[in-house]
Amino acid sequence: MEEPKLNKPKKVLVLGSGSLKIGQAGEFDYSGSQCLKALKEEGIQTVLINPNIATIQTSEGMADKIYLLPVTSYFVEKVIEKEKPDGIMLAFGGQTALNCGVELHDSGIFEKYKVKVLGTQIDAIKDTEDRELFVKTLNEINLKTPESKAANSVEESLAIAKKLGYPVMIRVAYALGGAGSGVASDEQELLEKSKRAFAYSNQVLVEKYLGGWKEIEYEVVRDSYDNCITVCNMENFDPMGIHTGESIVVAPSQTLTNSEYHKLREIAIKVIRHLGIVGECNIQYALDPYSEDYRIIEVNARLSRSSALASKATGYPLAFVAAKLALGYSLIELENKITKVTKSCFEPALDYIVIKMPRWDLQKFKRVSLEIGSEMKSVGEVMAIGRKFEEVVQKAIRMLNINLHGLVANNIQFNDMEKELKKPTDKRILAIVEALKKGISIEKIHDLTKIDLWFLHKIKNVVDTEKELSQFGISDAPRELMKQAKQQGFSDFQIAKILFKNDRNKMTLKKLEVRKLRKKYGILPVVKQIDTLAAEYPAKTNYLYLTYNGDEDDINFDMSVNRSAISDHAQKLKIFDNKKSVIVLGSGAYRIGSSVEFDWCCVNSVLALAKLGYETIMINYNPETVSTDYDVCDRLYFDELSFERVLDIYEKENPEGVIISMGGQIPNNLAMKLHKQDVRILGTSPLSIDSAEDRHKFSKLLDELKIDQPEWTEAKSIEEADKFAAKAGYPVLIRPSYVLSGAAMSVAAGRKELDQYLQKAVEVSKEHPVVISKFITNAKEIEIDAVAQNGELIIYAISEHIENAGVHSGDATMVLPPQYTYHETIRKIKDISKRIAKSLSITGPFNIQFIAKENQIKVIECNLRASRSFPFVSKVTKHNFIDLATKSMLGLEVKGKYNTMDLDYVGVKAPQFSFSRLHGADPVLSVEMASTGEVGCLGDDLGEAFLKSLFSVGFSIPKKNILLSTGPIKNKAYLLESVKKLAEMNFTIYATEGTAKFLEENGIKAGLLHWPLEKKEPNAMTYLQERKIEIVINIPKSYEEEEITNDYLIRRKAVDFNIPLLTNAQIAKLFVDSIHSKKMEDLEIKSWEEY
Amino acid sequence: MREYKKVRLILENGDYFDGFSFGAERSVSGEVVFSTGMVGYPESLTDPSYKGQILALTYPLIGNYGVPGKEKEHGLLKNFESDKIQATALIVSDYSFEYSHWNAKKSLAEWLKEENVPGIYGIDTRKLTKILREKGAMLGKIVFDDKDISFFDPNAIDIVKEVTIKDPIIYNEKPNQKKIVVVDCGIKLNIIRNLIKRNLTVIRVPHDYDFLTQMFDGLVISNGPGDPKMCAKTIYNVGRAIKHNIPTFGICLGNQILALAAGGNTYKLKYGHRSQNQPCTLVGTKRCHITTQNHGFAVDMKSLSSEWQEYFVNANDGTNEGLKHKTKPFMSVQFHPEATPGPLDTEFLFDEFIKMMK
Repeated sequence: MEEPKLNKPKKVLVLGSGSLKIGQAGEFDYSGSQCLKALKEEGIQTVLINPNIATIQTSEGMADKIYLLPVTSYFVEKVIEKEKPDGIMLAFGGQTALNCGVELHDSGIFEKYKVKVLGTQIDAIKDTEDRELFVKTLNEINLKTPESKAANSVEESLAIAKKLGYPVMIRVAYALGGAGSGVASDEQELLEKSKRAFAYSNQVLVEKYLGGWKEIEYEVVRDSYDNCITVCNMENFDPMGIHTGESIVVAPSQTLTNSEYHKLREIAIKVIRHLGIVGECNIQYALDPYSEDYRIIEVNARLSRSSALASKATGYPLAFVAAKLALGYSLIELENKITKVTKSCFEPALDYIVIKMPRWDLQKFKRVSLEIGSEMKSVGEVMAIGRKFEEVVQKAIRMLNINLHGLVANNIQFNDMEKELKKPTDKRILAIVEALKKGISIEKIHDLTKIDLWFLHKIKNVVDTEKELSQFGISDAPRELMKQAKQQGFSDFQIAKILFKNDRNKMTLKKLEVRKLRKKYGILPVVKQIDTLAAEYPAKTNYLYLTYNGDEDDINFDMSVNRSAISDHAQKLKIFDNKKSVIVLGSGAYRIGSSVEFDWCCVNSVLALAKLGYETIMINYNPETVSTDYDVCDRLYFDELSFERVLDIYEKENPEGVIISMGGQIPNNLAMKLHKQDVRILGTSPLSIDSAEDRHKFSKLLDELKIDQPEWTEAKSIEEADKFAAKAGYPVLIRPSYVLSGAAMSVAAGRKELDQYLQKAVEVSKEHPVVISKFITNAKEIEIDAVAQNGELIIYAISEHIENAGVHSGDATMVLPPQYTYHETIRKIKDISKRIAKSLSITGPFNIQFIAKENQIKVIECNLRASRSFPFVSKVTKHNFIDLATKSMLGLEVKGKYNTMDLDYVGVKAPQFSFSRLHGADPVLSVEMASTGEVGCLGDDLGEAFLKSLFSVGFSIPKKNILLSTGPIKNKAYLLESVKKLAEMNFTIYATEGTAKFLEENGIKAGLLHWPLEKKEPNAMTYLQERKIEIVINIPKSYEEEEITNDYLIRRKAVDFNIPLLTNAQIAKLFVDSIHSKKMEDLEIKSWEEY
Repeated sequence: MREYKKVRLILENGDYFDGFSFGAERSVSGEVVFSTGMVGYPESLTDPSYKGQILALTYPLIGNYGVPGKEKEHGLLKNFESDKIQATALIVSDYSFEYSHWNAKKSLAEWLKEENVPGIYGIDTRKLTKILREKGAMLGKIVFDDKDISFFDPNAIDIVKEVTIKDPIIYNEKPNQKKIVVVDCGIKLNIIRNLIKRNLTVIRVPHDYDFLTQMFDGLVISNGPGDPKMCAKTIYNVGRAIKHNIPTFGICLGNQILALAAGGNTYKLKYGHRSQNQPCTLVGTKRCHITTQNHGFAVDMKSLSSEWQEYFVNANDGTNEGLKHKTKPFMSVQFHPEATPGPLDTEFLFDEFIKMMK
């Protein structure tokens, strides 16, 4: 082949996507990491800007220089000035990077510093992002877009809608995940939505609504030689009207004929050529379900959530290839990384079906609407692979990890079936199942949902099988029927539930009985490979799934026959044969409380194992992760993290052991069950894990160790709870056992609240009683992240929360090393941790949370697994805790001196909220976790690190107007000094009544704004709506406010109009102090390596 | 549970697969081949190149959008590639008993039964594909109720005879437009549609027809089934045509026939190319096109004289994907520019052919 004429840059700046938020999640860690790997392979120096400290891409060695700084034009320019890169990649950091790139281009920064935009150029990006330009550009080549017009004002949008006729869809330019978009069926609705949309953008597109049309996507790749391929197409189960991020999606399309498939493919290629995209883009269509008529809805000229999905669904390394193409390679010069014998210039042929299902967490929020539509609300997604639609849909539902067992055998009821079908919520697919069971016809369901009949028929197959199975018991279930059920994706649990007639006693034993029976019948899953070419060429990479729709494994497992014999011996001696394999269980779907940080832990564990010479096996099903990349482990099982499936894989692989402590709560919950089946769990014994998870056991242990804990009880009834609370005194904290991120956790200030919440908590977990504990106010919260070996503490890091206790640790702003904590406290915490580690004989990672008040320390939680903050503490202290934890679990020598507390800089981790996506949700901090992501920044002192982290989650230094509403008098007093500083800085201060009065009494001038419900001008609402306020400080009056209050209205309005909001007194104080002492110029532009 | 008749697929090497019948219930035999295309079973089944072959689809969910109606345009069926199912039988993993599509008129099962073609589902088609990939294409038979039959090898007979037409047919006859003779070796109708679309009169002739007796502007040699060397008469006729410098365009089998007519050689591939995702590089450039393919034989480029150059080459395995004469108006491609099923990327070759006639 001729030598490629490449004009390779020497140093490339890659923009990351920042914190995870709704609409922009972990997929950009995947794409950014792949981009960095591709550049590295070329010997190009890389500089990365991304404040998301929990990502793989911000790990040591991924980029030559890592800047944990906000992806905003100010900071990016500073980094460009310092690093002088000659090229920049904008397509790998989502909408954040793209928007930032456009801004920098328009302000002439790239030109000034001679930085070349690699891949798709800014003009092409603008053609896709600016709706008017987009329509105009596609008109040039006679392609159809929805009838629409761009409006530059609310009035204009109304006029356009009048012309088009209702219903109309409004869309916002340069927005991620459909933010601000919506369907309006009349003028009133449009007025409301249009106003909100203009809060995000100066331009809104009003278009004819195509509800009910099929929604189809293609992922298209083009190189600079004009070679084009479509890597994958996808069909939405939910037709137009539901954002593709909110839709169940299958790949490849299922209901399209050859003619439709290739017509849309042809158009996709025409579009990418006309736009001049180099790299990857995504194109979305609406397709008429009754003809071949189509509309092009959207083009994303960058890597996207869909492209991550397409990449994982097909095995085609889209991000890696896109990065290479941006450097000028042609598709035929790049090898197919999966087969290693063919080229990247091909279109994957799938011999399986893939389904993506969104993961919502709506029940975590108060007052949020459960309906789904054109805006994204889901926080993560799962991907299931199989060879039947029934199989993948059932797998995917289980993967959501929301206590559902598949399409059937769930305990779920719907009151108004027709409404459930017509107005989709996160549970619509189950409503379809219920409707079918009730005998509602498929045609009727189709009428109400517009979901294609083909999908509905497949769902009915599952309902039918359940019915057939229910006629049998465990003793007479016929083989063929069992096989059919397994082929349709029924789990052993589902079958057990059906065969045992819903008797829920001892389900674990019952599902094992089903397992035994089907094994006796010879009904076993087989392992199949994803190889991009449907077995046409031999694949060298092991990207796997399990299915009952096949006769043989693609992998030869015979090699591992003798493993168990060796390993028993090895385990005793704590010596492991280095050629053996280890399974690492992944973290599942991103959701509130479990996100990219656990993927970081899993990947780092796998990397540590690989370095030690182990064969690495990963099980995970989250397409937005790096752990599911083709090049991370030796064998990737893209499958369920269930007891049944892990055991299936374990039996086939017969590995040295399983690591369950890296992927958060899902694998942690499997520890005991797997242990009982003699699965070799590496690290801390599952019995110890159980002792930490079980409140009674753990509490007893603390008592024995004479370690203090808040007073608590386990209540099985409301009466018991009331009795405890009366005795211990309010407020009390209520929580169910064995859950993550405080689902259904709450604080009750009085009896009324307690009774109200108990209802909710009991609903969450019937099998587990409710734990009620004394809630300690005005206390500090401190955490330790540590690794131990055989009960001996090896390394630890202690972080403090800025917020007082009562804010979920996932939502708290963490500081490492602690700046406000007494030495005495730190010493005590270390001592307690040592004693707990010893008594539970911990080997591996663990995390303990403490409450401290005047040197009184109480333990509030202990997890014998890696915690959310492991990447943060690893990167701040520059000691990889996971690497050490993995080695310690393998019995290797890890003792040493690790300095984690005496640092010359400070690290701050700050939460990212996505309240703007969750209509109606009250944007306050509470014991329930609400943040969707986080950032971590370093600074020479607390103020600097704190400001950088706050700027990374969307704050900026206000220039003029601040609205204060500081809550109870205690808080007012607490914040008085800070408000004085604001006055000193010449801010115009506005305040609500009480606050204004208080400030006046203290000699601070504040403009009075009336409360929302007072309907008097000047009103806080009006000021917010007219964007006269740049930042809102609103401190809630109590822990849990139920009714719609003035405070709520102010907070919500601020969020809806994209105005930064602070709701915590400690944070507000630190913010004011920081902006008082620091200017933008004071924030150092230093890379991670420079600290 | 659906009660369907059990049926067995037996391969030449003794391997067998048990499945269930959803088509006609009769034992048949042929060469077992796999196709990795994910859409287009109505097009594939009616592609005469599959004559004599038992077609296994690697995409597991088949039948989803039913089978369209028999509407015609220019005297040609609109939705199919010939007037009947050509494949001997169909093998799939998961058959969709319920279909859904606006233009479907019947289910795939109904169609197979109507045309007396067996269809079986419940087969591990990936395992089957791997056997064919590793051991090469082989003969196979579908056996009902132990009604055993013997293996049949479609490559051993002149199978083109069975798929060509009996008498010439003229399409789109209009004054003042160019006339193309299309040698029907088992032509896919979309080749004819593509020529009609470009304002050409099409004279479709049987494979062994002596077309040199009439006046025409260009020659197309179609796709078709089997071993190209069986088409002695066609090779002979094409050889005469190129001696007369008649602009010639060969497609698939036509590529092989052109090579043989030019004195070159062909050989059987281990398991052929049958898919919609084959990358073909335009030789001497970095331009690569995604193509549909359906062939078991290939042209040996080395066997041709230096007057011929390689037009396209397969980017995956380096096999020949087309020929071009250095000075004369002859070209051919191994893939299917007419697509159906598959990507439309190389339809421009019909325009290239027209340019060649000027």
